[in-house]
Amino acid sequence: MTATSMTATSTTAIGTLAARLRTVLGTDRVISDRQELRTYECDGLAQYRVVPALVVFPHTAAECAAVVKACAAAGVPFVARGSGTGLSGGALPHADGVLIVTAQMRRILELAPADERAVVEPGVINLQVTRAATPAGYYYAPDPSSQQICSIGGNVAENSGGAHCLKYGFTTNHVTGVEIVTPDGDLVRLGGRAPDAPGYDLLGAFVGSEGTLGIATEVTVRLVRLPETVRTLLAAFDTTDAAGAATSAIIGAGVVPAAIEMMDALAIEAAEAAVHCDYPAGAGAVLIVELDGPAADVEAQFVAVERLCRDNGAFEIRIAADDAERALFWKGRKSAFAAVGRISPDYIVQDGVIPRTALPDVLRRIGEIAAEHGVRIANVFHAGDGNLHPLVLFDDAADGQAARAEAASGAILDLCIEYGGSITGEHGVGVDKAKHMPRMFTADDLDTMQLVRCAFDPRGLSNPGKVFPTPRLCGEVPGRHKGAHPLQEAGVAEVF
Amino acid sequence: MAAFDDDHPPRADLINDCVHCGFCLPTCPTYALWGEEMDSPRGRIHLMSQGLGGEPLSDSMVTHFDRCLGCLACVTACPSGVRYDTLIADTRQQVERRHPRPLRDRALRAAIFALFPYPRRLRLLRGPLRAYQASGLRRLVGRTGLARHAPTLAMMESLAPTLSRPVRLPERIPPRGPRRAVVGMLTGCVQSAFFPDVNAATARVLAAEGCEVLIPRTQGCCGALSVHAGRRSEARAFARALIDAFSGGDLGHRDLDHRDLDYLVVNAAGCGSSLKEYGELLADDPAYAERAAALSARVRDLSELLVELGPVAPRHPLPVTVAYHDACHLAHGQGVRAQPRALLRAIPDLELREIADPELCCGSAGVWNLLNPEPARQLGERKARDVLATGARLLVTANPGCLMQIAAAVRRLGSATGDSTTGRCSAAGDSSATGGVAIGLAHTAQVLDASIRGLPVDALG
Ligand SMILES: Cc1cc2nc3c(=O)[nH]c(=O)nc-3n(C[C@H](O)[C@H](O)[C@H](O)COP(=O)(O)OP(=O)(O)OC[C@H]3O[C@@H](n4cnc5c(N)ncnc54)[C@H](O)[C@@H]3O)c2cc1C
Ligand code: SF4
Ligand code: SF4
Repeated sequence: MTATSMTATSTTAIGTLAARLRTVLGTDRVISDRQELRTYECDGLAQYRVVPALVVFPHTAAECAAVVKACAAAGVPFVARGSGTGLSGGALPHADGVLIVTAQMRRILELAPADERAVVEPGVINLQVTRAATPAGYYYAPDPSSQQICSIGGNVAENSGGAHCLKYGFTTNHVTGVEIVTPDGDLVRLGGRAPDAPGYDLLGAFVGSEGTLGIATEVTVRLVRLPETVRTLLAAFDTTDAAGAATSAIIGAGVVPAAIEMMDALAIEAAEAAVHCDYPAGAGAVLIVELDGPAADVEAQFVAVERLCRDNGAFEIRIAADDAERALFWKGRKSAFAAVGRISPDYIVQDGVIPRTALPDVLRRIGEIAAEHGVRIANVFHAGDGNLHPLVLFDDAADGQAARAEAASGAILDLCIEYGGSITGEHGVGVDKAKHMPRMFTADDLDTMQLVRCAFDPRGLSNPGKVFPTPRLCGEVPGRHKGAHPLQEAGVAEVF
Repeated sequence: MAAFDDDHPPRADLINDCVHCGFCLPTCPTYALWGEEMDSPRGRIHLMSQGLGGEPLSDSMVTHFDRCLGCLACVTACPSGVRYDTLIADTRQQVERRHPRPLRDRALRAAIFALFPYPRRLRLLRGPLRAYQASGLRRLVGRTGLARHAPTLAMMESLAPTLSRPVRLPERIPPRGPRRAVVGMLTGCVQSAFFPDVNAATARVLAAEGCEVLIPRTQGCCGALSVHAGRRSEARAFARALIDAFSGGDLGHRDLDHRDLDYLVVNAAGCGSSLKEYGELLADDPAYAERAAALSARVRDLSELLVELGPVAPRHPLPVTVAYHDACHLAHGQGVRAQPRALLRAIPDLELREIADPELCCGSAGVWNLLNPEPARQLGERKARDVLATGARLLVTANPGCLMQIAAAVRRLGSATGDSTTGRCSAAGDSSATGGVAIGLAHTAQVLDASIRGLPVDALG
């Protein structure tokens, strides 16, 4: 996908807007140099590229609101961007729009461990929250593999998860309040410090809205007490089937591990190449199982987990002796996506969910898909909650491989739906999966979602073109169509 | 005009290794400072790719390349193994050859490179005052227009430690006890001019550990500063001369051939990493390629060699708390992190403390701090605060640039009590940050030397 060229009118509109924004932010914080703009043309999913018309760096909520207000007044679309690590093209810019980067809004405004709360600006890096809270004995639980760089604002927008979400829940379970700039440029608060606010759960609607309902300018997160004990083991199996059976056995036994992660042989190979994690040689699959909590509980359950792994065919079990060894177990897993770059020139990171019990079946089917399409597929996943991350490897330089990889990747999503799962577990829909939404939802389902969008953003200026396959016009009552809108006639939009 | 010509442009295959994951961003000092994509490794790689795609080498593009400290933290951080070191080196030499810099900028660079790679000229910079008064420098300043660069000059003054008398090392130092290895020793420009005590300590430690140490007087600059600034042909000339210095002539009553050397030991991180790359630097030079590669293979950082050889000299207790700072070109450039820590930990009674964000550069980066004084100051102060927060009594690192940079930042943070004498600049920390504890600075070699010789802690920093 490439940038569409700007029309003459939009160029002047942008010029006027740029001048306006420079008075708000100063010249340094409004970028219009082509080469500089181009460094923002993509996020972590680099196959989609659009050069934004302007990039701006607000430092405060008020500045952010002023920027959005100016955009709204000019009718110019805007897109929020945190650290640009998204894997669904959510932060893909709009060619005639403004990219609002929160990376310089990175202050931790309040750290209140006793209240189990922290208040942060949206550009604060996920891991920084944990690092700030650790001395007081607390941490921020959601831990995407990208935690060293992804922003809390991006996490909120994507409702990001991580290995430990099996026990602790996703971002949505750890955010109690946000301050947002609405698409009109008003600053409003949703939720607060209390665990639950009266009235509609607008906070719940906002978390996971992928930047389509406005921009978060302040986030109140829960801090969780550091567990008394953490025990981690690495179990090696001959096959993913055996590792999958072990996973089901562990959960079936009533143990709730902090995390159960699985990697298959190809993913292990990549991780070894990247970080020399030294996993057991010859493993067809490894499981990382982590238990945390009060020492006595953890010890008892750890013994059970070890036994269940052995019962299901683990040929080697390693137990992390200290934090350093635990870090090494995790390093292999957490670097796996990017590490695949070591064994393949190009790859697609897929993200889907299936019922955990279907794991062996689905993995076999993924193997078949790989063979059918003539591509290699590495599997890394949050086994505990059935969140798959198949990595489809290909070489863009080789004829037709990219198309076959894309097809294989799509086939995996069909598989997820077939097994009653979902087309995304944590990476979001963005621009990449918008086209798959109708496979999972009926037209009525999607209309209802769009009603929410319309309530926040009737003019569709906030991150347009994401999440929904077809842009819609707001202001019409669903179902009761009264004559066609000009855009509808032109086939550009649908009315509901 | 396209950004790059055919003479070693940044390689497309290396650029394509970047999967745009952003994992390198948090360790990049310029991203830490400014939070902008084009001043991050991922953004710079993107700019290189734009250059290959036909975008011109614009002023703004060059600015973002120039702002890169070359600290290589991004190489360590990258899970995909992107060779940013090679990419930026190729890019820099293209910039130096092809980008017409404004006159002032050119003059400044010329002045710096007329000064730094030459130990004798550097020695004229004796302490903050004398630095500016030194007639040679003043003339240089006048002639080149350096004076107009007040911030750079101020930075230079703040950095320069006062000098003790230059130490003249003999060309050959016999091993104590049975000979375990023959090692050549690089004395370095900045090291030998500003920190001659460090070189003396290095030679003593090597001899104590059973090394015959050869120190040819004909050696000059290794070219590290030039190569990191993209002045590749200048760097090649330095490299050839250095290879000659270590492979010819009569030295301390023995004929020196580089093949006689078991190792070439380096105690300055920046020099070590560039010497290890001589093979690549001179790959296109048929007369030198082979010798360059052979020499590179023998290069060891002091700490690397000492761990490889294993200790024979007994260590005496040194009751002191030490914060060890990873010099970028040692940790990221050479992957040497464990060895200096292991050597320090092996000293009885010495307590080693870790500095927060160890991967983040102190802002010295060769001559980067002279070219970019303001951001260098910010990075230096951030590092100094983290260092002081350890509460350690002594800061130890293995690079003269870092020692000067952090010493200057510590001085700024607190009120300087200290005569920053050779290699042991001491400065009082900000009492609010440190509870009034002063911190001394030393090179790893000096700490080992003090322990081996049984000197008191006061002998250091
Ligand atoms: C190697 C790798 C591993 C990853 N692992 C995981 C994982 O384990 N789990 C997981 O869930 N994700 C993972 N991700 C995906 C990604 O890191 C997350 O989606 C993350 O939350 C994105 O944060 P960001 O700051 O980079 O956001 P960006 O990519 O900049 O933006 C993402 C979306 O959020 C919106 N947005 C950003 N800031 C705001 C704001 N302040 N207000 C409103 N909307 C905003 C953007 O418009 C966009 O739609 C991984 C990515 C990579 C590259
Ligand atoms: S070398 Fe250092 S300054 Fe340059 S891009 Fe890499 S991390 Fe940033
Ligand atoms: S970590 Fe490596 S692959 Fe990721 S953006 Fe940085 S250079 Fe590219």
